[in-house]
Order: sequence, then C-alpha cells, then structure tokens
Amino acid sequence: MSSEIKQILTTDGIPLEVSLKKAERKNKIKAFLLVAPLLFFLIITYVFPIGDMLFRSVDDKMVTQMLPKTFKAMENWDGQELPDEEVFAAFHEDFIKLVEDKREGKLSTQLNYTKNGFKSIIKKLRRKSKSFEEGNYKEQIMSVHKRWADIEYWRAIKRRAPEFTSQKYLKGMDMYVNEEGKIVSVEEDRRIHRVLWLRTLEIAFFVTVFCFLMAYPIAHLLATLPMKYSNLLMICVLLPFWTSLLVRTASWMILLQQQGIVNDFFVGIGLVADDNRPEMMYNKTGSYVAMTQILLPFMVLPLYSVMKTISPSLMRAGKSLGGTPFVAFWKVYFPLTIPGIGAGCLLVFILAIGYYITPALVGGASGTLISNQIAFHMKSTLDWSFASAMGLMLLSGVLVIYWLYNKLVGIDNIKLG
Amino acid sequence: MALPKYTEPHYRIWHYIYLTICGAVFFFLIAPLFVIFPLSFNAEEFLSFSDGMKRLDPDAFSLRWYKDMIYGTKNPWGLAAKNSFIIAIFATIGSVILGTVAALGLSSRHMPYKGLIMAVLISPMIVPLIISGVAIFFFMAKAGLAATHTGIVLAHIILGTPFVVITVTATLSGFDHSVTRAAASLGSDPVNTFMKITLPLILPGVISGGLFAFVTSFDEVVVVLFLAGLENTTIPIQMWTGLREQLSPTILAVATCLIILSTLILVTAELLRRRSERLRGINQ
Repeated sequence: MSSEIKQILTTDGIPLEVSLKKAERKNKIKAFLLVAPLLFFLIITYVFPIGDMLFRSVDDKMVTQMLPKTFKAMENWDGQELPDEEVFAAFHEDFIKLVEDKREGKLSTQLNYTKNGFKSIIKKLRRKSKSFEEGNYKEQIMSVHKRWADIEYWRAIKRRAPEFTSQKYLKGMDMYVNEEGKIVSVEEDRRIHRVLWLRTLEIAFFVTVFCFLMAYPIAHLLATLPMKYSNLLMICVLLPFWTSLLVRTASWMILLQQQGIVNDFFVGIGLVADDNRPEMMYNKTGSYVAMTQILLPFMVLPLYSVMKTISPSLMRAGKSLGGTPFVAFWKVYFPLTIPGIGAGCLLVFILAIGYYITPALVGGASGTLISNQIAFHMKSTLDWSFASAMGLMLLSGVLVIYWLYNKLVGIDNIKLG
Repeated sequence: MALPKYTEPHYRIWHYIYLTICGAVFFFLIAPLFVIFPLSFNAEEFLSFSDGMKRLDPDAFSLRWYKDMIYGTKNPWGLAAKNSFIIAIFATIGSVILGTVAALGLSSRHMPYKGLIMAVLISPMIVPLIISGVAIFFFMAKAGLAATHTGIVLAHIILGTPFVVITVTATLSGFDHSVTRAAASLGSDPVNTFMKITLPLILPGVISGGLFAFVTSFDEVVVVLFLAGLENTTIPIQMWTGLREQLSPTILAVATCLIILSTLILVTAELLRRRSERLRGINQ
C-alpha cells in the first residue's frame, strides 16, 4: 500500500482543490459584477472629475500655447539683461498671430495675473504693431512703452513658460512667486484666504465643541429614560434631522433678525434697550448659532447609539464599589462613550468645515467660510482652476482628518444610528 | 426618571440641573421649527408676530401666503415643486437600484478589495458637498448635461447611493443566507430567489435607504445651484433665492409644507426601522 495521501476527486474526476478554486473564482466574479455598475458609474461621473479638478488646478498650458515661438527663443536667455532681437522677433510673430485670432485680450489677462501692468501695454502694443516695419523688432517694441524695455516684464513672461504651475495653490495660501523666483507672502492687509482658512477651522472647531456639550446630556437622557418617554423625545432630535436645511436656516433668519423674536425677548426681559438691539445675524454669531442647531442631531445620534449599549449595571457596580456618582461616571461611563464621541465629533467637524448654505445666508461678510469662496470663484469670477485648487486643499484637509482619526480611534469604531 | 429616596441633597440638585439643561437643549433643537408655523398664517407682510397675533385675534391670521404660494403669478413654486418631485423620484429609483445591487455584491464574503471599493462607493457622502458640486459640474459640463433634468438626476444619484449602500448592507448583515440556499436547492434561479425571498426580507432597509436618497435629492441645493438653469429650478433653489433676496412670508408657507412632508417621512422611516429591527431579532 502506498503511504501517499490519495487526492480527493469530485464526481467529474477533477481534483477537489481545483474545483473549489474554480467555484470561488466564479463567486468572486459574481460578487464583483453586482458592484460593478455602481462602481463604474461613480468612477466616471465622480472620481475622474475630482481628478480633473487636480489637472485643472495645475494646468497652465494657455500661455504656453499662445506664445510658442517666444518661449522657444527664450530657452537660451539667462534673464540677466534684456533678451536679444531673436526673442523680440519671435514674440512679435506670436503676437501678430494672436491679434489675428483676437486672443491678445486673453494673453493680457493671463500675464496680468503674473505681474500687474500688462493690460495697458499689450493694448498699446496691439495698436502700434499695425504700423511696425520689418526687422529690428526689439527697438520698435521697446519704443511702444517703457515697460516693454523693463527686464522685469520679460522675466514675468518667461515665468509662464512651463505647462504646469503651483501658482493657484500658492494663491490659496496668499503667497506668490516674486521676481527672483522665491515664494513669498502677499502684504499683510491682502491676506484674505488665510483669514478664511483660519476662520473655517475656528468655526468648525467651536461648532463641534458646542454640539458635543449640548448633545452629551440629551443623548444620555435619551439612552437612560424608559422607551415610551425616550421615543417621544427622540422626535425632537429626528424632526430637525429630516427637515430641509433651508427651512431650518430660514427659521433662524426669522429668529435672529433685529426685529426678530430673540431680540424681542431680550428687550422684553430688559436685557438690552429697544433702540440698541444687537446684530445677531450676518456675522459670526449667526453662523455659530444656526450651524450648531443644524448639526446637533449628527452628534446626538452616534452618541445615543453607543450609550444605548452601555449596561446601567456598570454604573451601579461602580457606585457599589465606593465611587461617588461623579467618579463612577468619569471612570466607568465616560470612557465607554468615547467611540460615540469620536464618531460624532468627526461627523460634525467634517460637515462644518465644508458648510456652504447656512454661512452664506446668515453669516454675512464676517461669517462666511472657505466653501463660500470656492462657490464665489466658480460662479462669479469664473476662475475655475483657482476654485479647483482650493477645493482640493479643503479635500486634502478632510482626508488628513480621517487619517488622524483612523490612527487615534480607528475608523471601525464609528457607529452611526 | 425618579431618584431613589436615599439620594443625597447635592446630587438631587445636580440631577435637577441636569434635567433643566436637557430641557433647554431640546427646546433649542425643536423650537425654531415651530416659529415658522404660526408666522406663515400672518395676515401682514411682516416676519414677526403682530400685536393682533399676540392677542389671538382671528383677523390677524389668514391663508394669504398659501394662496400666494399656489396662485401667485410671479411665484414659480409650481414649476419648482414639479421639478423637485420629478428629479427626486427618478434619483431615488436610480439610487435604490444601483445601491441595492451593489450592496448585495458587497455583502458577499467572496467580494475582493471590499474595503477599497466600499470607500469609493460611500465617498460622495464623505467629501464636502461643495467639492462634489464642483467635480460633478465639470463632468456634466463636459458631457453636455448641465442645465438638464438628466444631469441633475445623475448628480443626485451620485449623492444618494451611499445612503442606500449603507442601509442595505446593514440590513444584509443580519440576513440568514441559508434561506437563499434553500431556495436554490428547491430549483429557484437567482433572479427569482432575489425577487421572492431576499427582496421582501431586506425591503425595510431598501425603503429607508430610498427615503434617505429621496430627502437628499429633495433638499439638495449646493450641487443644483451649479447645475440648474432657469427651466430646472427646484424648491430648494427657489427658497435659496428667496432667502437671499427678500424674506417673504410665502417662503414660510412653503417651509410649513416642507415640515409637514418631513414629518411624514420621519414617521415612515421610524416605522420601517422598528419593523426591520423586529425582523432582525434585535429587541430593545
């Protein structure tokens, strides 16, 4: 008798192992085919467009394509003194072509982003270039305006030669590349974006803190009350949760306006004088109050679902072992609720950091967030590449928060509803 | 919550402070919604309670703004409501089909790269809306679908599917797969098994996911603001414009209708949740 193990065969005579693998593979394909429609739909309509944003935010081909010959001629230019005739001739050739296509306006807008003062001298050049004679373009162009004889302007043109740029990202942090090619900050009073980033973080942070402080006691009450009472109180949490965001914002606009109910109440109890009603809307206060109320259910629900699983006997055990109720709470109950706190805070913070509608309506000028700036550039200035750059900066911030959260608490500990 | 008799006085005081805090927070949560209700019946054009209303004078109340909402010539609420419902219904159908099918695949233990794929599928819920709005706008503009109903429906399917995926996978986690095997052993083909066995059992999860998708679409304003043209105006867009330009009481009439709608949805969702928990054998 041979000692080797006899291979187990299926009825078809195929080894069982092979047959099993085949069946497993078939199951894998089956499962994947079910997910495939949604996966591909999302990849095409959502994931690729986010990649497209990345591309748009660094894309700077426009100027490169408008001045191809100039940049070719500039390759040998060291930027120490004015470029020679070859560059001027190439620039003239490119420029005439742009004027023919009526695209010189676009060029001037683009170059003006790099250095102020291009708009007028390009207009002037267009007028004068009609009467240019052949040859010696350097003299002729320089005679149009003294800025054309200024080396700084030629350096500015050369800086636009690469096809890709980080300029939009720098602009989002109020920085730019100066004449020497160094990255520097803009003047103190023009740093609007940094103010916005900081304000977004500040408002998101404090809204999260307020939500936590308010949600913890009521989640605890909901989790410990008998079912028939807690179900009734749960409606107070769920009804705002299901109600339209705009309806809730509208109600805050009514409450907080200067002749509104909150102010009427303050006047009624004599807290403020009738002719000195505080401005509670169109500023940060408005953003804080409305966002806290709107995001509160997102904190209560995860906390509640975690607290619901904590057995009340644990607290009793803590007390019977000699702890005061406060000690029992702090040493036993509170640590058990940390997964809920983490989930709630993460949810509220991330929702708050990207908030748009409510700050736009009740925030005024001093209560708007970075999202409002993104929307502004999408709709008003049409600087889509800048909007993309800021959107991606915000997105990477959000992803960093998820990553940190995953490191600290573990994303699997999130419990929702 | 009654305190035991032996509770010491300072804990007793603390307990009442705690209840007061809870009461205040509940008030803060729910009271703003109830301000809208009486003000929408205001006979005057102000957004605060008139003296007549404070005295409960019947003349101070009227249905004026509801009439304006329905018959007002300048108000495009009719068109907006029609668009909102059409878009939300199609977006819900799309999200439910795509999301449920994907959830079935995700719940299979044979699914490769489960974590990564799940992350992609729920990403529209995680990424801030404004970024989704910009990205979706770029896609729709390229595909020539900006300012069309189709474009908005597709956008809302993107935003709605994560909810369906999450609720249905949660329902399927408590699903006993031996019933489908039993069906298969009795000669049922997979489609028949799904329609006759699986779907009825996971229906509460599917419907509550669908409700989430419906509400997401019906309330959605950030993405629609980028995508919609004049013809595609929806209720949220009209409210947004109204709130930005001039707070008229007509908006409050619309808001009241929306609160009633959300109450109905809340009740449905709650009933479904309880039914689903009962079916899964989770007892309180």
